[in-house]
Amino acid sequence: MANEIIDGIQQAIQLIVTLNPEVMDITARSLYISLSATLVASLIAIPVGGFIHFKEFGGKRGLITIIQTLYALPTVLAGLLVWLLLSRAGPLGFLGLLFTPTGMMIGQIILIVPLMIGMTLIALSGVSQTKQDTVISLGATSVQTVITIVKEARFAILGGIILGFGRAISEVGAAMMIGGNIRGYTRVLTTAIALETSIGDLPLSIALGIILLLIALLVTGFLFLVQER
Amino acid sequence: MIEFDHVVMNFGEKEVLKDVSFSINDGEVFTFIGPSGSGKTTILRLIDMLERPKSGKILVDGTNVTKIRDREKIRVRRRMSMVFQKPSPLRGSVYANVAMGLRFRKVNADEISRRVSESLELVGLEGYEERKAITLSGGEMQRVAIARAITTKPNVLLLDEPTANLDPVSTETIESMIGDLKNRLGLTVVLSTHDMVQGQRLANRIAVVIDGRVGQIGTSKEIFYQPMSHAVAHMVGVEDILDGVVTENEAGLAVIDVNGVRITACSDASPGTAVTLYMRPEDITFYEKDSIRSSARNMFAGRIIEVVPIGPMVRLKVDAGVKLTAVITQRSFEELGLALEKETELTFKASAIHVVERKDTD
Repeated sequence: MANEIIDGIQQAIQLIVTLNPEVMDITARSLYISLSATLVASLIAIPVGGFIHFKEFGGKRGLITIIQTLYALPTVLAGLLVWLLLSRAGPLGFLGLLFTPTGMMIGQIILIVPLMIGMTLIALSGVSQTKQDTVISLGATSVQTVITIVKEARFAILGGIILGFGRAISEVGAAMMIGGNIRGYTRVLTTAIALETSIGDLPLSIALGIILLLIALLVTGFLFLVQER
Repeated sequence: MIEFDHVVMNFGEKEVLKDVSFSINDGEVFTFIGPSGSGKTTILRLIDMLERPKSGKILVDGTNVTKIRDREKIRVRRRMSMVFQKPSPLRGSVYANVAMGLRFRKVNADEISRRVSESLELVGLEGYEERKAITLSGGEMQRVAIARAITTKPNVLLLDEPTANLDPVSTETIESMIGDLKNRLGLTVVLSTHDMVQGQRLANRIAVVIDGRVGQIGTSKEIFYQPMSHAVAHMVGVEDILDGVVTENEAGLAVIDVNGVRITACSDASPGTAVTLYMRPEDITFYEKDSIRSSARNMFAGRIIEVVPIGPMVRLKVDAGVKLTAVITQRSFEELGLALEKETELTFKASAIHVVERKDTD
């Protein structure tokens, strides 16, 4: 067994350094789907977070609690929800998005938007009231105030975006249920690792696992750099 | 012109301003003096429309700003600038900080660049444009905050305890700058401070704020030498507060019986009037027996019952039939050979005493 693992690791490294087409293809697709999902999720989460932070309305506390609860939304539940929506009999079945990369993006967006809204809220409340008052007293309109404060919190907000990306690229439940792990079409790093391990192709699994870890390392490193500023 | 008309302000259950009225004229330095938590900051925030009063009217150049829409509010606010107690640098360079108000007003880049340099020069920070704001010292940052406030050429500059967090040297720099700016730019300056001396140095007029109310409004001389109530007197450092009854009055020179001690003071109060006497501790002088002839009407012998050194000064409590507090220099204290429990002679002028008729018996 020990030999198998060492062989596996050697072959995995070979797969990576020789830029094995299948490994590269899966990696590229993973990055494409999760980066797209993160981008769209940011475009939703930052304005919504800004709105919640700057507006006073009834049920604000409750809404924030719900959002915080959804940080821990199980990935398979997000998968189930999107599957129900996109399946042929579902309300959005006519779009034909089940078992497509776009469907997977939708799943990941649902998964990470609450986390990113929450991180945006934390980032914005990290900007002191005095700073906000300073901006207002300098004659900012309400739009100018929001933009200035969001800019002020930009590094903390970016941290939230990176965290969201990390959750998106590493989840397997939604990707498997909505994408279906179709080779060359919806197969991503996590679903590929799950499949290859179960059929015994350890070198490929390990290679993909190393890449996933490297991506996580890069992301964390970047997050660290950003927050150091 | 800024006017408050019976303004009441609550934070939750707590009433922080109780029926506040005053008016500030164009071009004057108007100072709110009061202890922390008395409501000074709230008054400044109300002027800048960062808070909304519970009731009452706030007029800025005749416009009741409690009743206007957001767009109009921004228009009025853009004629004012506020500097907060805690200097709050925003991310980026000093230039970006100082330019901010102009950017909000969509001023063109050349004009911004010109006015930023001009403002930095006015606060003595020329050449600081490219520095990162967060790397500055507290005093420098507060000067940047003032530059940021004046680049927009406001009519009114609101300064909330601008030197409360600063060292003495920075405080002096900022104080002289405020006077200078007011003269150069013709600003109306509204200042809040808990520092009596600062108020006296800078203000044309002072309002004493105590516990959410304006206790007295007047020139610094009026406030410091003619306080209208115990609370104001305490606040501005008038430590000798004595209650008595006028026994005689001859051409504006009244003799007041205070606990059996006869004190002479300038007052028109007629015999039989209950009055309170206010005197600043610096106005009491000590002398060696038989050594001087003085024009002072009040000369007493007393025993020193407390000695508290405060820097170069000494605060003395003397029992001269009535208990009096005096402040003299350390040097006089030594030269006169004063000490605890020692008998001494003291004197003060009739004109040093401010006499207020007592209406109620509090």
